[in-house]
Amino acid sequence: MMIVLSSDTVRIVKELDMVVFRNRLKEFAVKIGMGLVNQTKLITAASELSRNMLRYAGGGVVLIEIINGQRQNGLRVTFTDTGPGIPDIKEAMKDGFSTGKSLGLGLPGAKRLVSDFEIKSTVGKGTTITITKWKNG
Amino acid sequence: MKLDTAKILQKRKKQILELWMKNQLVDFSLREDLMSNDELTVQSEELVNVLLQTLDNGNLEDVQSASFEPLYEVLESISLSRAKQGYSPRETGTFVFSLKDALLTTLQQEIKNDPLQLLEESMKVSKLIDSLGIVTFETFIKGREEVILRQTDEIAEISTPVIRVWDGIVAMPIIGTLDSSRTQVVMENLLQEIVLTSSSIAILDISGVPAVDSLVAQHLIKTVSATRLMGAECIISGIRPEIAQTVVHLGIDLSGIVTKATLASALKYAFSLMQLEVRKSIVK
Amino acid sequence: MDKIPILKIGHFLMVAIQVDLYDRLALNLEADLVQAVSKTSAKGVLIDISAVSIVDSFMGRILGNIAGMSKVLDADTVIVGMQPAVAITLVELGLPLKGVQTALNVEKGMELLQKKIKIVDEEAFDDDSTLQ
Repeated sequence: MMIVLSSDTVRIVKELDMVVFRNRLKEFAVKIGMGLVNQTKLITAASELSRNMLRYAGGGVVLIEIINGQRQNGLRVTFTDTGPGIPDIKEAMKDGFSTGKSLGLGLPGAKRLVSDFEIKSTVGKGTTITITKWKNG
Repeated sequence: MKLDTAKILQKRKKQILELWMKNQLVDFSLREDLMSNDELTVQSEELVNVLLQTLDNGNLEDVQSASFEPLYEVLESISLSRAKQGYSPRETGTFVFSLKDALLTTLQQEIKNDPLQLLEESMKVSKLIDSLGIVTFETFIKGREEVILRQTDEIAEISTPVIRVWDGIVAMPIIGTLDSSRTQVVMENLLQEIVLTSSSIAILDISGVPAVDSLVAQHLIKTVSATRLMGAECIISGIRPEIAQTVVHLGIDLSGIVTKATLASALKYAFSLMQLEVRKSIVK
Repeated sequence: MDKIPILKIGHFLMVAIQVDLYDRLALNLEADLVQAVSKTSAKGVLIDISAVSIVDSFMGRILGNIAGMSKVLDADTVIVGMQPAVAITLVELGLPLKGVQTALNVEKGMELLQKKIKIVDEEAFDDDSTLQ
């Protein structure tokens, strides 16, 4: 059972929005008392995903939620865009795979940094990625 | 004629409490070391009071009724405190179920002439107490789990001490299995201490790690990589022969890591990195 | 446009990143630094990231690029002051910054660079002596 305690949305359409979003996420993480290492992991993962969204879909909306479940609080961050979508998610989740000029660590790296990672994508419609990080997880 | 069980029981409150206390005190397993009889009386009285207060004929048949909330609350707090005090589940169970005897005995005395009615009412009371029993166990286990969680945290905290072995050298003995959450604590403590003491060499001693499989090896490699990112060198020591064997058998690649058999040889290596020498003083 | 100042100290260039980096700023830093290395023919570059709380794969790539480009221009790069949380995150991310040298703090980073220069000088000296 999961309960949403509080939430906020941030629009990302330009590079500077990423800085605003990272700061907002940090505020939320501090609010639930998340440790520094887990904070850093979550914000780094979110940074990767927001950059992807900006680069491949021209931007999108991020929803930040404080949730309660598994006997502790956590943060759930949902990235929604209406971009081209990902044709082969399995391929995109592999280390070193990249269609852009990057190291190809974005998606698989982000997944390793969080407690839970969910991705849904429809070609031509867009992509939704949800990550969850528990306070102690 | 409709009988009002709730009223009957409320009227006989004193007797119920006496009976219940008697039932409890007869039990040989009573733990007087954990709680005095006076305390037990207070606890029992509190529960009987709230039970009879919340009880009315309407809700007797519906154990899920919201009107029982206060009763469950009292019961939960009793059960929780018993779990923490170290009562066994049997003792806590007996505490609640012995109340059933007291209630049924009272009912039996009151409804002497109508066996059918007696049976019906007894069933209802019995069901209610059963439900109380379930709540008791749920909370009892929750209380125990809290104790376990607290201990887990404590173990994680005390089992990762960082030792300053020399100016610029820190060492960390790891005892027990390395899982991913433990690795994070190990890394955090080690790196923090490196920054704090501005040490350029860290020694991770794994003499106390029972087995090294590919997952544990991965955790060790991660710790070494993180140390290097900070700008310090990390040496793994305390590699027992069995561990060396499994590492090779499993095909784990530790070639990027400096490994030493003992903490002493790791320290020696660290000294050589820092261009230090240990020499026996010459007695004249 | 924001810029991160580059300081010249002797044979070295020093950069202290004190703000949250966004991609454009990091790219500018990369370009500026390489320009500066070439112009001053610096022997070493020291980048202090002790105030940086997030290093993701993009930032990691920029740091790697700077090190690689400086190397081609004959300058060593040392990244100093990485926070423990950042180091742990980078390892988990799968980005161990291979080929980038690191040091605990500015002081140790300077020591490291100075040692490198000395070695190079000595080698040059050795070469001269064999020629004679």
